[in-house]
Amino acid sequence: MQQEVVLAMLAKEPSQGFQLRARLNDALGPLSEALNAGQIYVTLGRLEKAGLVVLDDAASSADRERKVYVITAAGHERVGDWLAEVSWPKPDLAEFHLKLIAAASAGLADPISIVDAQRRELLRRLRDAERAEIAEPEGSDAALLLAGIVRRLQADLQWLEDCEASWTTRRKRQ
Amino acid sequence: MNDTATSVLRTVGLHKHYGKAEGLVRAVDDVNLEIARGEALAVMGPSGCGKSTLLHLLGGLDRPSGGEVWLAGKRVDGLSERGLAGMRRREIGFIFQSFHLMDELTAIENVELPALLAGRSPRQARRRALELLEQVGLADRGRHLPSALSGGQRQRVAIARALANEPLVVLADEPTGNLDSAATLEVLRLLDRLHTAGLTLVIVTHDQRVAATADRLVSMRDGALVDEMKLTGGSARKLSDLVATER
Repeated sequence: MQQEVVLAMLAKEPSQGFQLRARLNDALGPLSEALNAGQIYVTLGRLEKAGLVVLDDAASSADRERKVYVITAAGHERVGDWLAEVSWPKPDLAEFHLKLIAAASAGLADPISIVDAQRRELLRRLRDAERAEIAEPEGSDAALLLAGIVRRLQADLQWLEDCEASWTTRRKRQ
Repeated sequence: MNDTATSVLRTVGLHKHYGKAEGLVRAVDDVNLEIARGEALAVMGPSGCGKSTLLHLLGGLDRPSGGEVWLAGKRVDGLSERGLAGMRRREIGFIFQSFHLMDELTAIENVELPALLAGRSPRQARRRALELLEQVGLADRGRHLPSALSGGQRQRVAIARALANEPLVVLADEPTGNLDSAATLEVLRLLDRLHTAGLTLVIVTHDQRVAATADRLVSMRDGALVDEMKLTGGSARKLSDLVATER
């Protein structure tokens, strides 16, 4: 999990690690199973070292079993920068594209069967995502995230149809 | 004959041709299909591939040029017009892209109509319609005209109507084709609930999202089935692999 996500959650109110984790779980729903249990504490440790959060000594217990974290001014500034960022995950389609070209040019495999196998796999993933979306209560945060995943898979499947059409035409030309 | 007790619908060498000689169009071309009781089957393909024609043949809305259609162990492609009409009324439920509700009837009147046509008493029909509207989450919209309902609500009324006579199978032709994303989800949720409760369902669609909710997917091109795929079992990957949460 990106450090800024944890930092931004602390902007709401000083919190303990387990509280932040619960809020992450709510937002991610069934997708949160990828989160490693200890990860949030590692992230909080790094944020503390960087001076972006501090421990609230008054609220934390003396034996440090109970640690309440507070965001610092520098932390607020970092969150502001992060919110203004327009970075976006890059779809990595080049590898698959080059796989088809290499398979065809070296005669290693039929690009159309590669596309077909990939299509089947993506359809299964689409099913998993769509069923998870259906299972979410109406208007849940996780349902919105799943809707985004469903849309990306649909776009990928459409591109695979383009690939199939193109490689079918190329085969006919030979 | 009832060779497969679990099969609700079955076709053998089903054909539908239009025109003659050079102008011959094979809208449905040698389709062999078997739909098990309780199964949800999606038929996918580009527009014009023959998928709607296939659905019409399955539901007795159209007659094949050749081949057989079996419904619950009974051959139905040769039934008289009257026999077909009876079958459509009692044994098949239809859901259409554009809902096909009667605009001048309220939601509950639309839902009870098939039961009345099948000879139920007005009181029985009304009770059943109330139950069904409850099931599709529209108990409080019974007195509304279709024009006062959203697209998703209209389709849910149409789904309730399709269930009025407890059909053996429900045939859906692009059930979400006229709906936005949120209403599509509404309808998919409802169909999934009905399917879980045991409904047998055939959905014709060009939308992968809709197709992906089925148990099995067949693809159609130029009237023929070209591919079949079981979707149950899902991907080998975990759902959480679909997002990047590690860093």
